[in-house]
Amino acid sequence: MAILKKQFVNPELPDRLFRVLTAGAAWLAMLLLVGLVGQLFYCAMPAVRRFGFRFLVASEWDPVNNIYGALPAVTGTLVTTAIAIVIAVPISFIVAMYLVESAPHWLSVPISHTLDLLAAIPSIIYGMWGLFVFVPFMQTYIQPLLADRLGLKHLAFFGPEYNGFGFLTAGIILALMILPFICAVMRDVFRLVPNVLRESAFGAGATHWEVTYDIALKYGARGLLGAVFLGLGRAVGETMAILFVIGNVQNLPRSLFGSGTTIAATLANNFGEAEGILKSSLFELGLILLLTALGIQVLAQLWLNRIRKQMGEQ
Amino acid sequence: MKRRGMFFRKALNFTVKLWSIFFVALAVTIIAWVLFTVFRSGLKAFSWTFFTESTKPYGIPDGGIGNALLGTLFITAGAVIIGVPPGILGGIYLSEFAQGRKRGNIIRFSANVMMGIPSILCGLFIYALLVYTTKHFSGLAGSAALAIIMFPVVLRTTEDMLQMVPDSLRESALALGTPRWRATFSVICRAAKSGLITGVLLAVARVGGETAPLLFTALWSDDWPFRFFTEPTANLTVTINEYATNSPFDVMHTRAWGAALVISIAILALNIFCRLAFKDKKGI
Repeated sequence: MAILKKQFVNPELPDRLFRVLTAGAAWLAMLLLVGLVGQLFYCAMPAVRRFGFRFLVASEWDPVNNIYGALPAVTGTLVTTAIAIVIAVPISFIVAMYLVESAPHWLSVPISHTLDLLAAIPSIIYGMWGLFVFVPFMQTYIQPLLADRLGLKHLAFFGPEYNGFGFLTAGIILALMILPFICAVMRDVFRLVPNVLRESAFGAGATHWEVTYDIALKYGARGLLGAVFLGLGRAVGETMAILFVIGNVQNLPRSLFGSGTTIAATLANNFGEAEGILKSSLFELGLILLLTALGIQVLAQLWLNRIRKQMGEQ
Repeated sequence: MKRRGMFFRKALNFTVKLWSIFFVALAVTIIAWVLFTVFRSGLKAFSWTFFTESTKPYGIPDGGIGNALLGTLFITAGAVIIGVPPGILGGIYLSEFAQGRKRGNIIRFSANVMMGIPSILCGLFIYALLVYTTKHFSGLAGSAALAIIMFPVVLRTTEDMLQMVPDSLRESALALGTPRWRATFSVICRAAKSGLITGVLLAVARVGGETAPLLFTALWSDDWPFRFFTEPTANLTVTINEYATNSPFDVMHTRAWGAALVISIAILALNIFCRLAFKDKKGI
């Protein structure tokens, strides 16, 4: 009787513990997010107090006099991200479209898998390949072609001098890295288009391209935007691939061929040896990057959730 | 809609098709180019001592990457130990207790957002939390940084995998009077076992090649990683970074390529394995 009684003291207890334990682990996701923002903000406070709003608009980076500004890193991040998006989005659109809409099965399956594997390759491999293979390639072939043959060096934003490093090279490598991600989401979007729609358009005499452009694209336009957001989120914070090829100088971007830096590259380069106010400034840069990335992610998630809901209602 | 001639429409269609084939070919060429470079340059470094010797300071021509290889294994294993249990428990909560509830959506949303955080910021966070407070870099800090990246991935895949288990299984387990925790672990998780393992392996593949979070946490060293908890710990990716950017010696560049090849093969193999394993599972 005693044993039985002991067993039935509180049969709910282990289950309640289980529930609390799992709930705690799940809420950790939110806790870590809040903790990350809080921690970076706390560590950035000395720099925020010292430089105030000026930090965001100043372009000096002067370790001797301990004056730091975020502008070169912030604009560098914007420029590389913009180049990457401009290159990667149209290419992934056209590749995804081809793979889903018109490629034969024996071709589209292996290529899709290869692209997915490409997404798994660590960024440092791209960085190394960029440094040892792509930078010399840019210097000897692409940049002379663009600058001298096509005469683009007379334009304001291309710049007469080139050495292989710089924003354009970094942007191209970045584009290569985010391409598989954007392409994967776009493939899913194209696959969601109901076949009935496609068939009726073909039946009405439309060509492949017309079906894609007028039917599939319009049906999935919002999903495609979500794909761009995801690519953007990845591009903004990428470190290693850019670190190797951007040139790493604290200058405002003057031309596409010029060297510069990004927020992530500045952090990777300077954080190890930084002390005092420099370290705090770097934390503030990290905070800027975090808030940007969070903003992009929150927008992307809200957008995708809305689409999913609307698709579900249809 | 504007009326256009048949010739124009067909020509446009053909042009688009040509461009698509061109870009697909371009993408495949670049992938092949990257992999070819890694294999060609990396294989040169491979030898017995490359895997058994430890890294040496600058200027010493011989040496291997044995310590970095072991260090990466330690750091990744540490990340699994720290990051996977809360990830799986949290996934259980989302799948078993929070379906269709607002709090579930909030947690899911946070996890999705967390997956998009630049990995270098996880390094900064752990630096401030573990390195700055204890005053020393350590392999453990590296593990913690990687665990933060792994956690939301494991959380989300666990939820997805558990959701694929049919409700009838849950109901029959509970109908037998099994407590909830027992039903979850020995019935539901067991049914989803291969999916859970795949999820964890994919998360490992994702963090195994990370460099940025280790730069300020595990750092790197020329020693064998036996003082994992208190000292900078050797690892492959940061070693690649050091050898490729800070060294003028060709020998070191070759060794960096060798390390790059090792890590690429490991990660590609993990990915391919997971895909094949999971495909078989779905096929049944």
